[in-house]
Amino acid sequence: MSPVSRFTPSTGRVPADDGTACTFAQKALARAAGLSEMPAVGSIVTARPEVVLSHDNTAAIVEIWRQLDQARVAIPDRLAITLDHAVPAPTPRHAANHAAIRRFVAEQGIRRFYEAGRGICHQVLSEEAEVSPGDLILGADSHTPHFGWLGAFGAGIGRTEVAALWATGELWLTVPDSLRVCIEGELSPWVSAKDLALTLIGREGADGALYRCVEFSGACVDRLGLSERMVLANMMAEFGAKASYLAPTGEVFEYLADRVAARKARESGFSESDIDSERQHVLERLRERALYPDPGAPGMEIRIDASRVQAQVSCPHTVDRTMDVSQLGRIPVDQAFLGTCTNGRLEDLELAHRVLRGRRLSSGTRLLIVPASSQIMAEAAERGWLVDFVAAGAMIGTPGCGPCMGNHMGVLAEGEVCISSANRNFRGRMGTRDAEIYLASPAVVAASAVAGRICSPEEVVL
Amino acid sequence: MSCSAPAEILMGRAWKYGDNIDTDVIFPGRFTYTAKGREEIAAHALEDLDPEFASGVRPGDIVLGGRNWGCGSSREQAVTTLLYNGIRVVVAVSFGRIFYRNAINQGLWALTVPPEAVASARHHGEVEIDLGSGLLRSSRGETPFQAPTSELRRIVEAGGLIPHVLSQLKEAGS
Ligand code: SF4
Repeated sequence: MSPVSRFTPSTGRVPADDGTACTFAQKALARAAGLSEMPAVGSIVTARPEVVLSHDNTAAIVEIWRQLDQARVAIPDRLAITLDHAVPAPTPRHAANHAAIRRFVAEQGIRRFYEAGRGICHQVLSEEAEVSPGDLILGADSHTPHFGWLGAFGAGIGRTEVAALWATGELWLTVPDSLRVCIEGELSPWVSAKDLALTLIGREGADGALYRCVEFSGACVDRLGLSERMVLANMMAEFGAKASYLAPTGEVFEYLADRVAARKARESGFSESDIDSERQHVLERLRERALYPDPGAPGMEIRIDASRVQAQVSCPHTVDRTMDVSQLGRIPVDQAFLGTCTNGRLEDLELAHRVLRGRRLSSGTRLLIVPASSQIMAEAAERGWLVDFVAAGAMIGTPGCGPCMGNHMGVLAEGEVCISSANRNFRGRMGTRDAEIYLASPAVVAASAVAGRICSPEEVVL
Repeated sequence: MSCSAPAEILMGRAWKYGDNIDTDVIFPGRFTYTAKGREEIAAHALEDLDPEFASGVRPGDIVLGGRNWGCGSSREQAVTTLLYNGIRVVVAVSFGRIFYRNAINQGLWALTVPPEAVASARHHGEVEIDLGSGLLRSSRGETPFQAPTSELRRIVEAGGLIPHVLSQLKEAGS
């Protein structure tokens, strides 16, 4: 029996009995649009995001924005810009692109600018606590639903829309229908949030949540660590979702408050006791701003029994072509890739370390590890993991997107097979159309690198 | 930018594809930061899906897809590559949501239609779309679909979000 079951408490858009129960999406967009009444699902609102994200595509956005004939960006303090997609610059053309972005940042006095090497936009803005629960963040990147991990409404938008936002601070958005996903039960050893996401997407299809906000609930979700929350929220982009949402927990508030307080301390030279009271203050404000869906809010519900979820692999060339790793035949691997905004965090490296420590890569298989941020890389170095990875035969890349979208640094040759911890296995994604990309959890990626074929960690770690 | 005059009826030859056509096959990621200029962007249209498209397409042709057309990345070239080839409308059963937004905001019609409408069109056959009344005609008959809302019409008919915002800014300034 499948671990996923569908459940329709009230059909489609019919609200609960009294008609006032609202989804997270309705509440978040009401706030962003400054509405005193909840907007109906399907209506169009004019929203003002707290954060507008762009990355290496910023130079292209600048060109569009210049057409609007404005000397200054209207909302410089809401912009967040990272260099991450092709870092360090692989060609003079990429370098010129980065240089143009740096000039724009200086010209407009953009404070939230993160240089090449700092890490992937979604990871960096999470670590820097630039987004708060209940916020609207719009990004020129399709994985902006990532910020659902902290209870924010994150949606990907196009470059032209970002240019318009820079000029006006506002944008049209449709209030999406919500899809509730309730996950109960315990995950088995070596089974992770990645496997939950792939199970869901595999079962319901890559368009299973198209145009919708995926709102998670259930005891299993509440127990997930922060990194696992990020995986689940981030992967919803591959489910067609506009945004995703996990109810913020105490751990989320603490994580964000620590970072906001530390930043303020750095900026204004606080004393120890000032930091503590600042932290308390931030914590309270974050809790106040958090939004939660009402019980009985409209939308279809899907239930997952986590205890029946197995380690998954997603086969070429669509994310929803999933199967249990144990069902997959013998697939030899040329390259294993561990990294990306989905699975390049410390917890992911830790799993890989458990598998790789004291072992060697299979001959004929290479492993590329690209930490999602400089903080993760530094911590992994501090713990001695990088040394163990290199001893096992792995290559380590500069924090950033690495070969995830086929720009550089670890792209594939024709006919090669890659097992990757990323979120997309589309044809041509990693550089050539004639390569095959399989997606899986970090544990499966590491195990496959050791075995030389796609396999579950249990086969390697006895 | 595309034509800014209101277009009630669009006619053209159909290029018809399946479900889940993602942005990587519409415009390969390996060119996103390097391809510049209309011709270079146009030349890679659907390269990894249908190598005949970029060389065979004619201005005014109509692209049809199944479910989830344009899923995947937020890259706008997936839209501009079609516009630069003279495509003015993509018709699909459903769209990846960022592709949909990018299309409207670039002045490319993205029309969501019932599966029968797509089924009725033949690859390389003639298709006619009546935007005002929401009808798709092909040699196999006529299928209704929901005509676009006035908000979206204003943006597409202005030629996209930028011309639309420009006129808004001008109004606010004057
Ligand atoms: S790691 Fe991959 S999916 Fe994530 S932002 Fe970078 S290119 Fe996109």
